[in-house]
Amino acid sequence: MKILEINHLKKNFDTLEVITDISLSVEEGEVLSIIGPSGSGKSTVLRCATMLETMDGGDLIYSGEYAAKNVNGRSVYAPNKQLKEIHKQFGLVFQNFNLFPHYSVWKNIVDAPLHVQRISRQEAEERADTLLKKLGLADKKDAYPCQLSGGQQQRVSIARALALQPKILFFDEPTSALDPELTGEVLKVIKELAAEKMTMIIVTHEMQFAREISDRIIFMEGGVIVDQGTPEELFHTSNARVQDFIGKFKA
Amino acid sequence: MDLQAMLKMLGEGFLKTLEIFGLTLIFSLPLGLLVSFGRMSKNCIIRWIMKIYISIMRGTPLMLQLIVVYFGPHYLFHMSLRGYDFAAVIIAFVLNYSAYFAEIYRSGIESIPKGQHEAAKVLGYSRSQTFVKIVLPQVVKRILPPATNEIITLVKDTSLAQVLTIGEMFTIAKRITASQSSLVPLFVAGIFYYVFNYLVAFVMERIEKKLSYYR
Repeated sequence: MKILEINHLKKNFDTLEVITDISLSVEEGEVLSIIGPSGSGKSTVLRCATMLETMDGGDLIYSGEYAAKNVNGRSVYAPNKQLKEIHKQFGLVFQNFNLFPHYSVWKNIVDAPLHVQRISRQEAEERADTLLKKLGLADKKDAYPCQLSGGQQQRVSIARALALQPKILFFDEPTSALDPELTGEVLKVIKELAAEKMTMIIVTHEMQFAREISDRIIFMEGGVIVDQGTPEELFHTSNARVQDFIGKFKA
Repeated sequence: MDLQAMLKMLGEGFLKTLEIFGLTLIFSLPLGLLVSFGRMSKNCIIRWIMKIYISIMRGTPLMLQLIVVYFGPHYLFHMSLRGYDFAAVIIAFVLNYSAYFAEIYRSGIESIPKGQHEAAKVLGYSRSQTFVKIVLPQVVKRILPPATNEIITLVKDTSLAQVLTIGEMFTIAKRITASQSSLVPLFVAGIFYYVFNYLVAFVMERIEKKLSYYR
């Protein structure tokens, strides 16, 4: 089943056209990476998919349910109540974590399940316990974000997103704020999630990582999809621009 | 007049001063938050009204505002209000201090990174939950230093209420000074103000320390 489907997404910032026409879809359990140069609109696609930005045109569909529908070339969003339900289906991990600094690691993870999903305290705490152990943060439960390394903070933010048990998890350059050592520990976590068949869309500049983890990779530039395919297809593409871009990272 | 009698009179005046101080804070701290919302409103009419209000409150002397609030009803509507003097003081102080606090709140609210709002939104927090649980606690921490400044200024500004002779400490100190031809009462009043502000600063510093468990 398709968890996410985006058809003919268009997005302008004032008069600047950022996304011309993007269509993509993700099946359950699939990992899709989006690569491409800075300013190509990758993050904007994620921000539109997670409704942090409104789409100017195109459809946004989660599990067959329309969050936004293209009507006469403009995106028309579903009523708020419906959007709230759709919201529960996805999570987002930010480039700079955006943890709540005044909450401990523990509270960062249990607060949304408790006060947004309104599950029982016992269940919320069980979820948090499991996640902290799984992400190797069991001893950091009472720490505050400012006491953690960037890698630990990013793992906490992944735990925070997973605690709501989303069907699909978006990553917006999850390792771009980290040094190579810390990058490794975050990528390891994402790999483990992929092995568990978590559905994910990852915007990244880590080419080797994208190659290892993805079922499919999209190469974006100038607001359109230039090339896409399995990692092997993309890494051996005949498209000169993509070859050039990937080549620079290999070197 | 012996020192004890003088201290007693000043002490009574100080209670009045405390009353102005306390009531002004109780009303202007929440009202300032509302004004800051208006100042940041998407509705440009509300935004401009609040801008003009803040501009007038900050741009004219508090002493003048006290006089206008006190005599305004009489000159504008020919109302004669008995015993309105204390209420007039509180109204003028609250209106004035709300404007300053509003700008302090605004600086705090606007300094919270956009990412905090976005993270809360993606996690499904409602707008009011986001403000109360995520934004406001961080705002409080950030605005403590400027708020401390403002509260200390308020302690000293209570002396301006002398224009309406409501018997707060400064009025009384001046009166004794005049009748006794001695500067001692004013000097003692100064000590009162200083000690009180020392306490304010001490308490605010404690709160700051308490909130320093995170950055």
